[in-house]
Amino acid sequence: MRLTCPLCGERDRREFYYYGAEDYLHRPSEGAPLSEWDSYLHLRDNVAGVVRDLWYHEAGCAQWLVVTRNTVTHEISGVELVAERAK
Amino acid sequence: MRYSGLKVITEGLFGNRGWTPAWRDPAPKAEYDVVIIGGGGHGLATAYYLAKNHGITNVAVLEKGYLGSGNIGRNTTIVRANYFLPGNSEFYSHSLKLWEGLEAELNYNVMHSQRGLINLFHSDGQRDAFVRRGNAMINQGDDAILLDREGVREHLPYLDFDNTRFPIYGGLLHPRGGTARHDAVAWGYARGADRRGVDLIQNCEVTGIDIEGGVVRGVQTTRGAIRARRVGIVVAGRSSQVAAMAGMRLPIESHVLQAFVTEGLKPVINHVVSFGMGHFYISQSDKGGLVFGGDLDFYASYAARGNLPMVEHVMEAGMTLMPMIGRAKVLRSWGGIMDMTPDGSPIIDRTHVEGLFIDCGWNYGGFKAVPASGWCMAHLMATGEPHEVARKFRLDRFATGHLLDEEGTGSQHNLH
Repeated sequence: MRLTCPLCGERDRREFYYYGAEDYLHRPSEGAPLSEWDSYLHLRDNVAGVVRDLWYHEAGCAQWLVVTRNTVTHEISGVELVAERAK
Repeated sequence: MRYSGLKVITEGLFGNRGWTPAWRDPAPKAEYDVVIIGGGGHGLATAYYLAKNHGITNVAVLEKGYLGSGNIGRNTTIVRANYFLPGNSEFYSHSLKLWEGLEAELNYNVMHSQRGLINLFHSDGQRDAFVRRGNAMINQGDDAILLDREGVREHLPYLDFDNTRFPIYGGLLHPRGGTARHDAVAWGYARGADRRGVDLIQNCEVTGIDIEGGVVRGVQTTRGAIRARRVGIVVAGRSSQVAAMAGMRLPIESHVLQAFVTEGLKPVINHVVSFGMGHFYISQSDKGGLVFGGDLDFYASYAARGNLPMVEHVMEAGMTLMPMIGRAKVLRSWGGIMDMTPDGSPIIDRTHVEGLFIDCGWNYGGFKAVPASGWCMAHLMATGEPHEVARKFRLDRFATGHLLDEEGTGSQHNLH
Protein backbone atom coordinates (compact mmCIF):
# COMPACT_ATOMS: atom_id res chain seq x y z
CA MET A 1 0.00 0.00 0.00
CA ARG A 2 1.30 3.45 -0.94
CA LEU A 3 -0.13 6.85 -0.07
CA THR A 4 0.33 10.00 -2.13
CA CYS A 5 1.09 12.79 0.31
CA PRO A 6 0.06 16.19 -1.09
CA LEU A 7 3.44 17.59 -0.03
CA CYS A 8 5.86 14.67 -0.46
CA GLY A 9 4.35 12.64 -3.28
CA GLU A 10 3.85 8.88 -3.40
CA ARG A 11 5.36 7.18 -0.38
CA ASP A 12 5.51 3.74 1.25
CA ARG A 13 2.84 2.91 3.83
CA ARG A 14 5.57 2.53 6.45
CA GLU A 15 6.13 6.29 6.54
CA PHE A 16 2.60 6.85 7.83
CA TYR A 17 0.90 6.34 11.17
CA TYR A 18 -2.79 5.41 11.14
CA TYR A 19 -4.79 7.09 13.88
CA GLY A 20 -8.41 6.23 13.18
CA ALA A 21 -11.62 7.33 11.54
CA GLU A 22 -12.26 10.92 10.47
CA ASP A 23 -14.51 11.18 13.56
CA TYR A 24 -11.42 12.30 15.46
CA LEU A 25 -11.59 15.64 13.61
CA HIS A 26 -15.00 16.39 15.10
CA ARG A 27 -14.05 17.02 18.70
CA PRO A 28 -17.06 17.92 20.86
CA SER A 29 -17.18 21.37 22.36
CA GLU A 30 -16.22 21.87 25.95
CA GLY A 31 -19.17 20.99 28.15
CA ALA A 32 -20.75 18.75 25.50
CA PRO A 33 -22.83 15.88 26.97
CA LEU A 34 -20.97 12.65 27.74
CA SER A 35 -22.82 10.85 24.94
CA GLU A 36 -21.07 13.11 22.42
CA TRP A 37 -17.68 12.29 23.92
CA ASP A 38 -18.53 8.58 23.81
CA SER A 39 -19.46 8.92 20.16
CA TYR A 40 -16.31 10.88 19.37
CA LEU A 41 -13.91 8.54 21.18
CA HIS A 42 -15.46 5.11 20.81
CA LEU A 43 -18.38 4.65 18.40
CA ARG A 44 -17.59 4.10 14.73
CA ASP A 45 -19.54 3.54 11.51
CA ASN A 46 -16.82 1.00 10.65
CA VAL A 47 -17.81 0.86 6.99
CA ALA A 48 -16.86 -2.02 4.72
CA GLY A 49 -16.22 0.15 1.68
CA VAL A 50 -15.10 3.74 1.18
CA VAL A 51 -14.03 5.51 4.37
CA ARG A 52 -12.18 8.67 5.31
CA ASP A 53 -9.58 8.25 8.01
CA LEU A 54 -6.76 10.14 9.66
CA TRP A 55 -3.11 9.38 8.97
CA TYR A 56 0.03 11.18 10.10
CA HIS A 57 3.05 11.46 7.81
CA GLU A 58 5.37 10.55 10.62
CA ALA A 59 8.49 9.82 8.57
CA GLY A 60 7.87 12.61 6.08
CA CYS A 61 6.45 16.11 6.34
CA ALA A 62 4.77 15.53 9.74
CA GLN A 63 1.40 16.61 8.37
CA TRP A 64 -1.95 15.12 9.38
CA LEU A 65 -3.82 13.75 6.39
CA VAL A 66 -7.39 12.69 5.60
CA VAL A 67 -7.19 9.60 3.41
CA THR A 68 -10.15 8.42 1.34
CA ARG A 69 -9.77 4.69 1.10
CA ASN A 70 -11.66 1.48 0.41
CA THR A 71 -11.41 -0.91 3.38
CA VAL A 72 -12.35 -3.92 1.24
CA THR A 73 -9.90 -3.42 -1.65
CA HIS A 74 -7.26 -1.18 0.03
CA GLU A 75 -7.63 1.20 -2.95
CA ILE A 76 -6.76 4.81 -2.08
CA SER A 77 -8.72 7.46 -3.91
CA GLY A 78 -7.69 10.68 -2.19
CA VAL A 79 -5.29 12.24 0.29
CA GLU A 80 -5.86 15.74 1.69
CA LEU A 81 -4.08 17.85 4.26
CA VAL A 82 -6.06 18.37 7.45
CA ALA A 83 -4.53 21.84 7.61
CA GLU A 84 -5.99 22.73 4.21
CA ARG A 85 -9.44 21.49 5.24
CA ALA A 86 -9.50 23.80 8.23
CA LYS A 87 -9.21 26.89 6.03
CA MET B 1 -23.45 -41.53 15.98
CA ARG B 2 -21.11 -41.70 18.93
CA TYR B 3 -17.41 -41.50 18.04
CA SER B 4 -14.92 -43.83 19.72
CA GLY B 5 -11.61 -45.56 19.12
CA LEU B 6 -13.46 -48.82 18.53
CA LYS B 7 -15.66 -47.11 15.93
CA VAL B 8 -12.59 -45.87 14.06
CA ILE B 9 -11.11 -49.39 14.01
CA THR B 10 -14.29 -51.14 12.89
CA GLU B 11 -14.99 -48.54 10.21
CA GLY B 12 -11.41 -48.95 9.01
CA LEU B 13 -11.93 -52.70 8.71
CA PHE B 14 -15.13 -52.32 6.70
CA GLY B 15 -14.13 -49.64 4.20
CA ASN B 16 -15.37 -46.59 6.15
CA ARG B 17 -18.85 -47.04 4.71
CA GLY B 18 -20.69 -46.50 7.97
CA TRP B 19 -19.91 -42.84 8.68
CA THR B 20 -22.87 -40.48 8.51
CA PRO B 21 -22.90 -36.66 8.16
CA ALA B 22 -22.00 -34.93 11.42
CA TRP B 23 -25.04 -32.63 11.20
CA ARG B 24 -28.25 -32.20 9.22
CA ASP B 25 -28.77 -29.56 6.52
CA PRO B 26 -32.27 -28.33 7.35
CA ALA B 27 -34.31 -25.69 5.55
CA PRO B 28 -35.19 -22.74 7.80
CA LYS B 29 -38.52 -22.94 9.62
CA ALA B 30 -40.82 -19.90 9.74
CA GLU B 31 -40.28 -19.37 13.46
CA TYR B 32 -37.83 -20.19 16.24
CA ASP B 33 -37.56 -19.34 19.91
CA VAL B 34 -33.99 -18.15 19.35
CA VAL B 35 -32.07 -17.15 16.23
CA ILE B 36 -28.29 -16.85 16.41
CA ILE B 37 -26.78 -14.79 13.59
CA GLY B 38 -23.34 -16.21 12.82
CA GLY B 39 -22.19 -19.82 12.54
CA GLY B 40 -18.66 -19.37 13.81
CA GLY B 41 -17.15 -20.67 17.03
CA HIS B 42 -18.97 -18.28 19.35
CA GLY B 43 -22.35 -18.63 17.61
CA LEU B 44 -22.20 -22.43 17.51
CA ALA B 45 -21.08 -22.60 21.15
CA THR B 46 -23.94 -20.28 22.12
CA ALA B 47 -26.44 -22.56 20.38
CA TYR B 48 -24.88 -25.64 21.99
CA TYR B 49 -25.09 -24.26 25.54
CA LEU B 50 -28.61 -22.88 24.98
CA ALA B 51 -29.65 -26.46 24.30
CA LYS B 52 -27.38 -28.19 26.80
CA ASN B 53 -27.56 -25.85 29.81
CA HIS B 54 -30.96 -24.24 29.38
CA GLY B 55 -33.04 -26.80 27.43
CA ILE B 56 -33.77 -24.28 24.68
CA THR B 57 -33.61 -26.37 21.51
CA ASN B 58 -35.94 -24.55 19.11
CA VAL B 59 -32.93 -22.60 17.89
CA ALA B 60 -31.53 -21.72 14.47
CA VAL B 61 -27.96 -20.68 13.72
CA LEU B 62 -27.87 -18.61 10.51
CA GLU B 63 -24.56 -18.59 8.65
CA LYS B 64 -24.04 -16.59 5.45
CA GLY B 65 -21.27 -18.92 4.23
CA TYR B 66 -20.45 -22.36 5.58
CA LEU B 67 -20.06 -23.25 9.25
CA GLY B 68 -16.74 -22.14 10.67
CA SER B 69 -15.80 -20.14 7.58
CA GLY B 70 -14.74 -17.05 9.52
CA ASN B 71 -12.17 -16.43 12.21
CA ILE B 72 -12.67 -19.81 13.90
CA GLY B 73 -10.98 -21.35 10.85
CA ARG B 74 -8.38 -18.62 10.42
CA ASN B 75 -6.68 -18.13 13.79
CA THR B 76 -3.46 -19.28 15.45
CA THR B 77 -5.29 -21.60 17.88
CA ILE B 78 -3.87 -20.42 21.22
CA VAL B 79 -5.72 -21.28 24.42
CA ARG B 80 -4.68 -19.51 27.64
CA ALA B 81 -5.97 -17.92 30.85
CA ASN B 82 -3.32 -15.36 31.68
CA TYR B 83 -5.39 -12.22 32.11
CA PHE B 84 -4.92 -9.71 34.87
CA LEU B 85 -7.95 -7.44 35.27
CA PRO B 86 -10.93 -8.48 37.36
CA GLY B 87 -13.65 -9.02 34.78
CA ASN B 88 -11.29 -10.61 32.28
CA SER B 89 -9.47 -12.92 34.68
CA GLU B 90 -12.45 -14.95 35.89
CA PHE B 91 -13.91 -15.16 32.39
CA TYR B 92 -10.83 -16.66 30.75
CA SER B 93 -10.28 -18.91 33.75
CA HIS B 94 -13.81 -20.26 33.27
CA SER B 95 -13.11 -20.73 29.57
CA LEU B 96 -9.91 -22.72 30.19
CA LYS B 97 -11.77 -25.05 32.54
CA LEU B 98 -14.36 -25.64 29.83
CA TRP B 99 -11.55 -26.36 27.34
CA GLU B 100 -10.14 -28.98 29.68
CA GLY B 101 -13.38 -30.96 29.55
CA LEU B 102 -14.36 -30.09 26.00
CA GLU B 103 -13.46 -33.30 24.19
CA ALA B 104 -15.39 -35.50 26.63
CA GLU B 105 -18.23 -32.97 26.62
CA LEU B 106 -18.57 -32.90 22.83
CA ASN B 107 -17.42 -36.47 22.09
CA TYR B 108 -15.15 -34.81 19.56
CA ASN B 109 -11.39 -34.64 19.28
CA VAL B 110 -10.54 -30.93 19.32
CA MET B 111 -6.85 -31.82 19.84
CA HIS B 112 -6.58 -29.58 22.88
CA SER B 113 -2.90 -29.68 23.80
CA GLN B 114 -1.77 -28.05 27.07
CA ARG B 115 1.82 -27.75 25.97
CA GLY B 116 2.56 -24.66 28.05
CA LEU B 117 2.75 -21.01 27.09
CA ILE B 118 5.88 -18.93 27.78
CA ASN B 119 5.75 -15.12 27.65
CA LEU B 120 9.29 -13.77 27.50
CA PHE B 121 10.53 -10.66 29.30
CA HIS B 122 13.58 -8.53 28.61
CA SER B 123 14.04 -6.04 31.44
CA ASP B 124 13.68 -5.70 35.20
CA GLY B 125 10.57 -3.61 34.81
CA GLN B 126 8.97 -6.15 32.55
CA ARG B 127 9.86 -8.90 35.03
CA ASP B 128 8.03 -6.98 37.77
CA ALA B 129 4.97 -6.66 35.54
CA PHE B 130 5.04 -10.40 34.83
CA VAL B 131 5.38 -11.26 38.52
CA ARG B 132 2.30 -9.18 39.12
CA ARG B 133 0.43 -10.86 36.28
CA GLY B 134 1.52 -14.30 37.45
CA ASN B 135 0.25 -13.57 40.95
CA ALA B 136 -3.09 -12.44 39.52
CA MET B 137 -3.32 -15.72 37.61
CA ILE B 138 -2.51 -17.75 40.73
CA ASN B 139 -5.03 -15.75 42.78
CA GLN B 140 -7.60 -16.60 40.15
CA GLY B 141 -6.83 -20.29 40.69
CA ASP B 142 -4.86 -20.79 37.50
CA ASP B 143 -1.18 -21.59 37.13
CA ALA B 144 1.87 -19.44 36.51
CA ILE B 145 5.57 -20.08 37.08
CA LEU B 146 8.22 -17.40 36.86
CA LEU B 147 11.28 -18.66 34.98
CA ASP B 148 14.64 -16.96 35.12
CA ARG B 149 16.96 -16.91 32.15
CA GLU B 150 18.31 -20.40 32.84
CA GLY B 151 14.81 -21.66 33.46
CA VAL B 152 13.77 -20.45 30.02
CA ARG B 153 16.90 -21.99 28.53
CA GLU B 154 15.88 -25.41 29.86
CA HIS B 155 12.61 -25.20 27.97
CA LEU B 156 13.69 -23.20 24.91
CA PRO B 157 17.43 -23.74 24.35
CA TYR B 158 17.19 -22.58 20.74
CA LEU B 159 16.38 -18.92 21.46
CA ASP B 160 18.91 -16.14 20.95
CA PHE B 161 19.33 -15.13 24.60
CA ASP B 162 21.92 -12.44 23.98
CA ASN B 163 20.16 -10.21 21.51
CA THR B 164 21.57 -6.72 22.11
CA ARG B 165 18.24 -4.89 22.00
CA PHE B 166 16.08 -7.45 23.83
CA PRO B 167 18.25 -9.87 25.84
CA ILE B 168 16.08 -12.55 27.43
CA TYR B 169 15.80 -12.09 31.21
CA GLY B 170 13.25 -14.83 31.74
CA GLY B 171 9.67 -15.81 31.07
CA LEU B 172 6.29 -16.43 32.62
CA LEU B 173 5.28 -20.05 32.09
CA HIS B 174 1.56 -20.85 32.00
CA PRO B 175 1.65 -24.67 31.97
CA ARG B 176 -2.07 -25.12 31.27
CA GLY B 177 -1.89 -22.86 28.21
CA GLY B 178 -1.56 -24.42 24.79
CA THR B 179 -3.33 -24.91 21.49
CA ALA B 180 -6.30 -26.71 19.95
CA ARG B 181 -7.45 -27.71 16.47
CA HIS B 182 -9.50 -24.66 15.49
CA ASP B 183 -11.86 -26.13 12.88
CA ALA B 184 -12.62 -29.09 15.11
CA VAL B 185 -13.92 -26.74 17.80
CA ALA B 186 -16.50 -25.35 15.38
CA TRP B 187 -17.36 -28.82 14.10
CA GLY B 188 -17.62 -30.28 17.59
CA TYR B 189 -20.00 -27.57 18.78
CA ALA B 190 -21.97 -27.77 15.51
CA ARG B 191 -22.43 -31.51 15.86
CA GLY B 192 -23.33 -31.22 19.55
CA ALA B 193 -25.89 -28.48 18.87
CA ASP B 194 -27.39 -30.37 15.92
CA ARG B 195 -27.79 -33.53 17.99
CA ARG B 196 -29.80 -31.54 20.52
CA GLY B 197 -32.17 -30.28 17.84
CA VAL B 198 -30.61 -26.95 16.82
CA ASP B 199 -31.04 -26.13 13.11
CA LEU B 200 -27.72 -25.10 11.52
CA ILE B 201 -28.66 -23.16 8.39
CA GLN B 202 -25.84 -22.38 5.98
CA ASN B 203 -25.75 -20.05 2.97
CA CYS B 204 -28.32 -17.92 4.76
CA GLU B 205 -27.32 -14.27 5.05
CA VAL B 206 -29.24 -11.98 7.36
CA THR B 207 -30.29 -8.84 5.48
CA GLY B 208 -32.46 -7.17 8.10
CA ILE B 209 -33.61 -7.31 11.71
CA ASP B 210 -37.34 -6.88 12.32
CA ILE B 211 -38.15 -4.64 15.27
CA GLU B 212 -41.62 -3.51 16.35
CA GLY B 213 -42.14 -1.09 19.20
CA GLY B 214 -38.64 -1.65 20.52
CA VAL B 215 -39.01 -5.45 20.55
CA VAL B 216 -37.26 -7.82 18.18
CA ARG B 217 -39.62 -9.94 16.04
CA GLY B 218 -37.24 -11.82 13.77
CA VAL B 219 -34.86 -11.45 10.87
CA GLN B 220 -34.96 -11.10 7.09
CA THR B 221 -32.61 -13.43 5.27
CA THR B 222 -31.62 -14.48 1.77
CA ARG B 223 -33.71 -17.60 2.47
CA GLY B 224 -36.81 -15.73 3.59
CA ALA B 225 -38.13 -14.13 6.76
CA ILE B 226 -37.67 -15.98 10.05
CA ARG B 227 -39.60 -14.97 13.17
CA ALA B 228 -37.89 -15.24 16.53
CA ARG B 229 -38.53 -14.12 20.09
CA ARG B 230 -34.87 -13.64 20.81
CA VAL B 231 -32.01 -12.87 18.41
CA GLY B 232 -28.28 -12.96 19.11
CA ILE B 233 -25.71 -11.16 16.94
CA VAL B 234 -22.46 -13.16 17.01
CA VAL B 235 -20.62 -12.08 13.87
CA ALA B 236 -17.13 -10.92 14.92
CA GLY B 237 -15.56 -8.64 12.28
CA ARG B 238 -18.93 -7.91 10.66
CA SER B 239 -20.59 -6.82 13.91
CA SER B 240 -20.92 -3.19 12.86
CA GLN B 241 -22.84 -4.08 9.69
CA VAL B 242 -25.31 -6.42 11.40
CA ALA B 243 -25.80 -4.14 14.41
CA ALA B 244 -26.51 -1.25 12.01
CA MET B 245 -29.58 -3.24 10.86
CA ALA B 246 -30.94 -2.60 14.36
CA GLY B 247 -29.95 1.07 14.28
CA MET B 248 -26.86 0.60 16.43
CA ARG B 249 -23.43 2.19 16.12
CA LEU B 250 -20.86 0.02 17.91
CA PRO B 251 -17.60 0.86 19.65
CA ILE B 252 -15.78 -1.29 17.11
CA GLU B 253 -13.33 -0.77 14.27
CA SER B 254 -12.47 -3.82 12.14
CA HIS B 255 -8.76 -4.38 11.54
CA VAL B 256 -6.65 -6.91 9.68
CA LEU B 257 -4.36 -9.29 11.55
CA GLN B 258 -2.02 -11.51 9.57
CA ALA B 259 -0.76 -14.99 10.39
CA PHE B 260 1.68 -17.38 8.75
CA VAL B 261 2.39 -21.08 8.54
CA THR B 262 5.46 -22.90 7.25
CA GLU B 263 5.83 -26.25 5.59
CA GLY B 264 5.56 -29.22 7.95
CA LEU B 265 8.69 -29.88 10.01
CA LYS B 266 9.67 -32.49 12.57
CA PRO B 267 8.78 -31.52 16.16
CA VAL B 268 11.00 -28.62 17.13
CA ILE B 269 8.94 -26.09 19.14
CA ASN B 270 7.11 -27.73 22.01
CA HIS B 271 5.47 -24.68 23.59
CA VAL B 272 3.62 -21.58 22.61
CA VAL B 273 6.24 -18.82 22.81
CA SER B 274 5.42 -15.13 22.80
CA PHE B 275 7.95 -12.36 22.29
CA GLY B 276 5.91 -9.30 23.19
CA MET B 277 8.66 -6.77 22.61
CA GLY B 278 8.98 -7.96 19.03
CA HIS B 279 5.23 -8.40 18.53
CA PHE B 280 5.79 -12.04 17.65
CA TYR B 281 4.42 -15.38 18.83
CA ILE B 282 4.83 -18.93 17.56
CA SER B 283 3.81 -22.53 18.09
CA GLN B 284 4.05 -25.70 16.03
CA SER B 285 0.91 -27.45 14.84
CA ASP B 286 0.45 -31.19 15.27
CA LYS B 287 0.87 -31.43 11.49
CA GLY B 288 4.33 -29.88 11.86
CA GLY B 289 3.87 -26.39 10.46
CA LEU B 290 5.23 -23.46 12.43
CA VAL B 291 2.25 -21.19 13.09
CA PHE B 292 3.17 -17.63 13.90
CA GLY B 293 2.05 -14.05 13.75
CA GLY B 294 2.54 -10.54 14.97
CA ASP B 295 0.53 -7.40 15.46
CA LEU B 296 -2.26 -5.78 13.49
CA ASP B 297 -1.46 -4.01 10.24
CA PHE B 298 -2.88 -1.05 12.22
CA TYR B 299 -5.31 0.38 9.63
CA ALA B 300 -9.03 -0.44 9.46
CA SER B 301 -9.64 -3.16 6.87
CA TYR B 302 -12.12 -5.78 5.68
CA ALA B 303 -9.81 -7.09 2.97
CA ALA B 304 -8.92 -10.33 4.83
CA ARG B 305 -5.36 -9.82 3.60
CA GLY B 306 -2.57 -7.60 4.84
CA ASN B 307 0.36 -5.65 3.49
CA LEU B 308 4.02 -6.56 3.11
CA PRO B 309 5.52 -4.24 5.77
CA MET B 310 3.93 -6.32 8.53
CA VAL B 311 5.04 -9.55 6.84
CA GLU B 312 8.59 -8.24 6.87
CA HIS B 313 8.32 -7.14 10.50
CA VAL B 314 7.03 -10.52 11.67
CA MET B 315 9.78 -12.39 9.81
CA GLU B 316 12.41 -10.08 11.30
CA ALA B 317 11.06 -10.59 14.82
CA GLY B 318 11.03 -14.35 14.34
CA MET B 319 14.62 -14.37 13.14
CA THR B 320 15.63 -12.14 16.05
CA LEU B 321 14.12 -14.50 18.58
CA MET B 322 14.92 -17.91 17.09
CA PRO B 323 17.44 -17.81 14.23
CA MET B 324 17.00 -21.55 13.68
CA ILE B 325 13.71 -21.06 11.84
CA GLY B 326 15.40 -19.09 9.05
CA ARG B 327 15.45 -22.02 6.66
CA ALA B 328 11.80 -22.98 7.11
CA LYS B 329 9.73 -22.05 4.08
CA VAL B 330 6.56 -20.08 4.65
CA LEU B 331 3.76 -22.04 3.03
CA ARG B 332 0.99 -19.47 3.27
CA SER B 333 -0.16 -16.33 5.01
CA TRP B 334 -3.59 -14.88 5.53
CA GLY B 335 -5.44 -12.06 7.23
CA GLY B 336 -8.51 -12.13 9.44
CA ILE B 337 -10.99 -9.38 10.26
CA MET B 338 -10.71 -8.41 13.94
CA ASP B 339 -13.52 -6.62 15.76
CA MET B 340 -11.38 -4.22 17.79
CA THR B 341 -12.91 -2.37 20.75
CA PRO B 342 -11.42 0.79 22.31
CA ASP B 343 -10.30 -1.11 25.43
CA GLY B 344 -9.37 -4.47 23.92
CA SER B 345 -12.07 -6.36 25.83
CA PRO B 346 -15.23 -8.00 24.48
CA ILE B 347 -18.95 -7.29 24.76
CA ILE B 348 -21.65 -9.80 25.79
CA ASP B 349 -24.77 -7.81 26.55
CA ARG B 350 -28.35 -6.84 25.90
CA THR B 351 -29.04 -4.04 23.43
CA HIS B 352 -31.55 -1.17 23.41
CA VAL B 353 -33.94 -3.53 21.57
CA GLU B 354 -35.78 -5.99 23.80
CA GLY B 355 -34.90 -9.57 22.88
CA LEU B 356 -31.84 -8.55 20.85
CA PHE B 357 -28.44 -9.51 22.28
CA ILE B 358 -24.88 -9.04 21.07
CA ASP B 359 -21.63 -10.94 21.54
CA CYS B 360 -18.73 -9.17 19.82
CA GLY B 361 -15.50 -7.23 20.25
CA TRP B 362 -13.19 -10.21 20.64
CA ASN B 363 -10.30 -8.25 19.16
CA TYR B 364 -7.67 -10.83 18.20
CA GLY B 365 -8.27 -13.07 21.22
CA GLY B 366 -11.54 -14.75 20.44
CA PHE B 367 -10.46 -18.35 19.92
CA LYS B 368 -9.63 -19.22 23.53
CA ALA B 369 -12.85 -17.51 24.60
CA VAL B 370 -15.15 -19.65 22.45
CA PRO B 371 -16.40 -22.04 25.20
CA ALA B 372 -17.01 -19.36 27.85
CA SER B 373 -18.40 -16.88 25.34
CA GLY B 374 -20.97 -19.44 24.21
CA TRP B 375 -21.67 -20.40 27.82
CA CYS B 376 -22.21 -16.77 28.92
CA MET B 377 -24.11 -15.64 25.82
CA ALA B 378 -26.45 -18.62 26.22
CA HIS B 379 -26.93 -17.72 29.89
CA LEU B 380 -27.72 -14.11 28.98
CA MET B 381 -30.16 -15.05 26.21
CA ALA B 382 -31.90 -17.70 28.33
CA THR B 383 -32.17 -15.78 31.62
CA GLY B 384 -31.94 -12.16 30.54
CA GLU B 385 -29.15 -11.60 33.07
CA PRO B 386 -25.38 -11.48 32.49
CA HIS B 387 -23.44 -14.52 33.64
CA GLU B 388 -21.33 -13.93 36.75
CA VAL B 389 -17.98 -14.24 34.91
CA ALA B 390 -19.04 -11.98 32.01
CA ARG B 391 -20.77 -9.27 34.03
CA LYS B 392 -18.25 -6.58 33.11
CA PHE B 393 -18.49 -7.09 29.34
CA ARG B 394 -21.12 -4.38 29.08
CA LEU B 395 -21.94 -2.55 25.87
CA ASP B 396 -22.33 0.77 27.68
CA ARG B 397 -19.06 0.61 29.61
CA PHE B 398 -17.40 3.03 27.19
CA ALA B 399 -20.04 5.66 27.87
CA THR B 400 -19.89 5.10 31.63
CA GLY B 401 -16.09 4.88 31.85
CA HIS B 402 -15.92 1.30 33.14
CA LEU B 403 -13.31 0.25 30.61
CA LEU B 404 -11.39 -3.05 30.78
CA ASP B 405 -8.11 -1.92 29.29
CA GLU B 406 -5.97 -5.02 29.91
CA GLU B 407 -2.92 -3.55 28.20
CA GLY B 408 -3.40 -0.02 29.46
CA THR B 409 -2.98 1.52 26.01
CA GLY B 410 -5.92 3.92 25.94
CA SER B 411 -9.08 4.44 23.88
CA GLN B 412 -7.78 3.78 20.41
CA HIS B 413 -9.20 0.77 18.59
CA ASN B 414 -5.97 -0.47 17.03
CA LEU B 415 -3.75 -0.25 20.11
CA HIS B 416 -4.93 -3.40 21.90
